[in-house]
Amino acid sequence: MTSNPVQQAAPLPSFERMTGTRFDPSWFEAHHVNLSATERRAATLTTRRTVKKDWQAAWLAQAITCIDLTTLAGDDTPSRVQRLCAKARQPLRDDIMAALGLDALRVGAVCVYPTMVAHAVKALEGSGVPVASVATGFPAGLMPLSLRLAEINYAVDQGASEVDIVITREYALTGQWSKLYDEIAAMREACGPAHMKAILATGDLQTLGNVYKASMVAMQAGSDFIKTSTGKEGLNATLPVSLTMVRALRDFREKSGQIVGFKPAGGIKSAKDAIAWLILMKEELGTRWTRNDLFRFGASSMLGDIERQLEHHVTGRYSAANRHAMA
Amino acid sequence: MPSIKDIMETMEYGPAPESNAEVKDWLAGHADGISHFIGGHFVTPEGPMTTVINPADDSVLARLTKAGADQIDAAVKAARAAQPKWAALGGHARARFLYAIARHVQKRERFLAVLETMDNGKTIRETRDGDIPLVARHFYHHAGWAELLESEFPNHRPVGVCGQVIPWNFPLLMLAWKIAPALAAGNTVVLKPADLTPLTAQAFAEICADVGLPAGVVNIVHGDGETGALLTGHPDVDKVAFTGSTAVGRLIREQLAGSGKKLSLELGGKSPFIVFEDADLDAAVEGVVDAIWFNQGEVCCAGSRIIVQEGIAESFFSKLKARLSALRIGTPLDKTMDVGAVVSRPQLERIRALVATGEAEGAILHSAPAELPAQGTFCAPGFFTGTAPAHRVNQEEIFGPIATTLTFRTLEEAMQLANDTRYGLAATIWSQDIDRAISAAARVKAGVIWINSTNLFDAGAAFGGYRESGFGREGAREGVLEYLAPVLPGSRKERSDPKLVPTFAPRKTKHDVPAIDVTAKLYIGGKQKRADGGQSYSVTGKGGAIIGHAALGNRKDIRNAVEAAAKVGSWANVTGHNRAQVLYFLAENLSQRRAEFESLLIHSTGASSKSAAAEVEASIRRCFWYAAYADKFDGAVHTTRQRHVTLSLNEPWGIMGLVCPDERPLLSMLSLILPAIAMGNSVVAIASQSHPLVATTFYQVLETSDLPGGVVNLITGLREDLAKTLAEHDEVACIWYCGSAAGSAMVERAACGNLKATWTDLGHVRDWLADTEGQGAEYLRRATQIKTVWLPYGE
Repeated sequence: MTSNPVQQAAPLPSFERMTGTRFDPSWFEAHHVNLSATERRAATLTTRRTVKKDWQAAWLAQAITCIDLTTLAGDDTPSRVQRLCAKARQPLRDDIMAALGLDALRVGAVCVYPTMVAHAVKALEGSGVPVASVATGFPAGLMPLSLRLAEINYAVDQGASEVDIVITREYALTGQWSKLYDEIAAMREACGPAHMKAILATGDLQTLGNVYKASMVAMQAGSDFIKTSTGKEGLNATLPVSLTMVRALRDFREKSGQIVGFKPAGGIKSAKDAIAWLILMKEELGTRWTRNDLFRFGASSMLGDIERQLEHHVTGRYSAANRHAMA
Repeated sequence: MPSIKDIMETMEYGPAPESNAEVKDWLAGHADGISHFIGGHFVTPEGPMTTVINPADDSVLARLTKAGADQIDAAVKAARAAQPKWAALGGHARARFLYAIARHVQKRERFLAVLETMDNGKTIRETRDGDIPLVARHFYHHAGWAELLESEFPNHRPVGVCGQVIPWNFPLLMLAWKIAPALAAGNTVVLKPADLTPLTAQAFAEICADVGLPAGVVNIVHGDGETGALLTGHPDVDKVAFTGSTAVGRLIREQLAGSGKKLSLELGGKSPFIVFEDADLDAAVEGVVDAIWFNQGEVCCAGSRIIVQEGIAESFFSKLKARLSALRIGTPLDKTMDVGAVVSRPQLERIRALVATGEAEGAILHSAPAELPAQGTFCAPGFFTGTAPAHRVNQEEIFGPIATTLTFRTLEEAMQLANDTRYGLAATIWSQDIDRAISAAARVKAGVIWINSTNLFDAGAAFGGYRESGFGREGAREGVLEYLAPVLPGSRKERSDPKLVPTFAPRKTKHDVPAIDVTAKLYIGGKQKRADGGQSYSVTGKGGAIIGHAALGNRKDIRNAVEAAAKVGSWANVTGHNRAQVLYFLAENLSQRRAEFESLLIHSTGASSKSAAAEVEASIRRCFWYAAYADKFDGAVHTTRQRHVTLSLNEPWGIMGLVCPDERPLLSMLSLILPAIAMGNSVVAIASQSHPLVATTFYQVLETSDLPGGVVNLITGLREDLAKTLAEHDEVACIWYCGSAAGSAMVERAACGNLKATWTDLGHVRDWLADTEGQGAEYLRRATQIKTVWLPYGE
């Protein structure tokens, strides 16, 4: 049906871990983002592209591998975390896996608070699923820098191989970009070997212009990933915000040659959302950015919807939530 | 078939076909041929058949007969018979029908989208999200105009029977743009779809039958250009509306010259797409996708000349190349395709030939790298770099998915490049600087301007072109007016030929000797000028007495006058208040010389003193009336989309030609000049041939009224000769002619060259003294053209 050339399944090109660059405001100061045009493009991403049948199933399975299965609640306990980790090891029922012809499927990571890291590490032992920890006074980040850096050290010591930090929104809202740079660079240093995802809290930043600038500063300061939201802001990840961030990411790649990943988080709940964001990544950055080393969803309830959709794909019957193990 | 594991590796989209089973059934039901729809009947197709091809796979979808003179006649007769009743139904009843049509279109949206995609080759995404919703919107909007017709358009009547010819690039949408306003206004129609894409029109005819539209209100006849010409030329058609190429538009203009038929033309374009250095470049790249890579580039208003500021040009071009490589070209029924098939093989060959010309001229073509399907008429989208304005690809409409690019250094240069075209349909401007964007919008000569957006349409915003992109508007109030005529009181009297035929040799007739011999001259560029030919003619007045001499202008004087008018820089840009001040001053000075003009009118025309006094008084009042309107004939802000300001601006044409009649020589001349200059035009007026001294006396009034030189230029001499030169002049954008019936035809024919807008009265004398006929909103409307500006906003 389609005429476009079939892409060969090539081995994934590897890349060196990004290092960041010096602070250079000329990379973002003259940049403009037009809101309504960004919204138009975001709105047509999913009207220009769609996936059906086996392709839809494959894309949803791919989405599972990109999920940072997350619990970030005040009532988290070790057993809650263990339950989540069990789901992370086995996100799909065996019979569905078999029907799809898949033998192994793991989520991208499990994401928890720092005090839960040790529990998660233990529960995931041998699974190959990394543990991500939020840090730096998540979600507001309004703690002294020394304490925030200490929190990063703690999380890494506990065994987190990924750290999701939050930025100081004040610096973005008041245009103190070099201060923002210094702070994030210090955090990256504190992360050491752990990969750092910088949460921009885009709902607080308000304008797409701010989102672009904050993205660029976070990348210059050495963020391995840029991430939209904590999930606690009034406005979560949206496609126009994500589009602005991935365009910044693309511009950064072109200017620095360095590779950065993207993580939308908050409010992404449905299988349909998963497809929409994968389309965004493929269209704006390329297929390589649909892999979990460069793309993650911060989501907790999305997996359940994907499971139901995949069971429907296998059986032809619409599924129910209670047929799938809870996280 | 790849396994799920494989797909997880490639992350391909896979096939996503829209089902066309129902459309195939429908086509099977029409295997005998597509019928004409005449007088409510589907006429069994007879005679030789042509085929309707699906350009995506070259398969035959249907067969079509061509309507000949008999069928056109029958269709026009049916429309004529149905029209009085349809009009008499009243606005509300017509609104119900239009509403029903809109509902039916919505109920069949998927069917219509699939059918359109198969017939035209455009992608299902575009028909589903673009064409068909806009069709429904157009009928809803015009159901509203039908409802409001009596209150919103008092003293207007439907034109009558409309002959409408539409193109193949947006078949059902163009049908909607034509039929909805015509029906709303109480007209009946005969519409001819393009022979390449007749199928949705057939489906539409079936919808008309479904909603119980009275027989004969909508008639659809099929065929090629020959059928179209039979329709547009049919003597019983009152109004012709055409969308298509400029070449055919010109033929229709010529065919209709002197016929008195109302005409609107929506023609070609070579629209600029201007990207300033402070634009959101990624947004502008998507703009290109939505402009020239939309609908296979088969879009009359497509931003086909990309004009980029030099500092960002390289970066912009490399972004464009990257974007090209992500475009998907293929089976248009597949929901993941960006670009479908070009409508036909000849069209594809035309595109290829023009692209080859571009390459031969030295431009570099950047094409989408995607592999094209083996079957069907597909064209890889792309753009040229390294073109120059002189290259053919920058001047001619390619009507395919290939843009040209040019670079500029300053706003000034961008405007020169943007306006360096015969066309003026649309323009797109990308800049985050509101001052820059709006000043560019004000300066580009085009009927539709999109700021930080492109190809936005709405039934509530006027669409139509400047220059050789045609005249008339579709959508909004202006679009409805194209289908209405003012109700004029009384019967119309034929205008007689000028009674004064210039003679140049000295005559022995007795002079009504003035104290000092006055040499009347031409008035060009604010100066009194001798006629280029060095000749004057004797002006005879009451009883045949010579009352003076007038300069005999020739074509070079017209040329000089137009040049002088073109040099006027600021008149259009001064405030309406300032123009009003000049018109008031004119009234003041006219009033001071009231006695002189009365005497002159009495001597020249033989008018009674009472009549002459009335004419001068009316002239003074008319100055006041247009002075009053100079700062009040405002545009509008339309309700289109959320967070969009959609403006319509009444812009002056630039240079207008005015040909004045003999009757009421002072008042008629002022009635033509005043609205034109009140709206900011510069004019070249050909004075009454028989009473030229009225004009030459009037220029003395102009000289004392602070009117900038060149805004009004007055030429005396042989009306028809001068009018022809003026009507042919490519720098003149609009001409009003008040002469003979034959002269009206001559002017309309001569206006074909640059497709200037014309207003002729077909040799009917106007009652200039009457405010209902000698002045009014129609004068103001015809002295302006509408520019629609789309400005989305938000941070």
